[in-house]
Amino acid sequence: MEVITRGGVITEPGNSVENKTGSWRVFKPVINYEKCIRCLICWRYCPEPSILKIDDEETKMNTPAPKEAMKRLPVVKIDYDYCKGCGICYNECPVHAIDFVREER
Amino acid sequence: MNYENQEFFAPGHGMCAGCAAPIVVKWVLKLAGPNTIVVNATGCLEVATTPYPRTAWRVPWIHVAFENAAAVASGVEAAARAKGEKLNIIAFGGDGGTADIGFQALSGMVERGHNVLYVLYDNEAYMNTGIQRSSATPWGAWTTTSKVGRANPIGELRPKKPIARIIAAHNASYVATANPAIFNDFKKKVEKALQTEGAKFLHVLSSCTTGWRHDPSKTVEIMRLATDTGIFPLYEIENGDIENMRITYKPKEFKPVEEYLKMQGRFRHLLKNPEYVKKLQEDVNAWWEKYGHHYKK
Ligand SMILES: Cc1ncc(C[n+]2csc(CCOP(=O)(O)OP(=O)(O)O)c2C)c(N)n1
Ligand code: SF4
Ligand SMILES: [Mg+2]
Repeated sequence: MEVITRGGVITEPGNSVENKTGSWRVFKPVINYEKCIRCLICWRYCPEPSILKIDDEETKMNTPAPKEAMKRLPVVKIDYDYCKGCGICYNECPVHAIDFVREER
Repeated sequence: MNYENQEFFAPGHGMCAGCAAPIVVKWVLKLAGPNTIVVNATGCLEVATTPYPRTAWRVPWIHVAFENAAAVASGVEAAARAKGEKLNIIAFGGDGGTADIGFQALSGMVERGHNVLYVLYDNEAYMNTGIQRSSATPWGAWTTTSKVGRANPIGELRPKKPIARIIAAHNASYVATANPAIFNDFKKKVEKALQTEGAKFLHVLSSCTTGWRHDPSKTVEIMRLATDTGIFPLYEIENGDIENMRITYKPKEFKPVEEYLKMQGRFRHLLKNPEYVKKLQEDVNAWWEKYGHHYKK
């Protein structure tokens, strides 16, 4: 049994990460890297946030991109542990690089 | 230091899928950075981000009650000042917690000139308790306390309270309306508010998929339409100088209000009567006729 702390203080910042909200998902966004222009608009608007911006050289170079020059830019990656499947990224992507498919479990 | 690549708002929170409030919060925190204390009024944001013993906040955060976020923020700021600490003190409140029940505390905080940024995330009703109307609910919106039926085919009968202008009239250092869907304008205003000394108030539009009744994926699109139809204008007012209010964004071409209404279940009944749509369009036109000259590129 957990004991309630004095004043209800929570001493571990951001421990909501233990709560895997990916189980809420009915539809799932899937990034099509052949189309993704790395504009980061999905990252900007993800409310969880469950879209990560990855800036390491290896990922940037090894992820497909519509143009070679775009490989200098950070890559977006969906963290399915938390993505609730709201579909904002799918709706906002300017080049329709995100598919929104029924989740299969 | 630029903290845009860090997240001070963690995933795993329980806000509905597609709720805009976390978008507002994550960006305010990214722009403020770690040297920040947050005070949060009761409402969805508080309830759904801190179900004990979990929290989504990675900065110090305090919740007290529904009506006193601004009073608590005033106290936190006074304490920080007494200790000689330079911190961002940020209060978040919903429209109920800000324009209605917390209004007195907010009025006091601004009048006393506390160095606090108060952010109203406005979803235009009391959402956390089941969509009751507030003074920020717009004319024509369905809520569970402005029901639509034979006796009242319109829904909410009062116009939206102009809370930003009311707070500006307190001579607040900086007041602005903002919309995360008009992102550059939103970001600039958050940055400007954080850099300004004194009491700052940001009135930020924040769609609620549950109360506005729309598909979660449409959140940003609908909020963009709120400004592109002219319904939610974006402006700023410095040091209470309402005469010199500055409209900071104007759509290249205004879209008809109907485009905004038809995407939301809370307004769907209005479309049955062209008179209602016409009335709303005329209200918007009248606002822009009266204030449109305040637009400065
Ligand atoms: C004094 C008091 N009255 C009523 C409540 C119940 N209550 C909790 S949240 C809430 C609605 C909050 O509405 P708003 O401030 O608009 O935030 P939202 O939930 O819409 O984000 C109410 C009425 C309360 N907690 N305290
Ligand atoms: S009820 Fe509305 S405001 Fe509350 S978490 Fe859900 S979408 Fe957000
Ligand atoms: Mg509300």
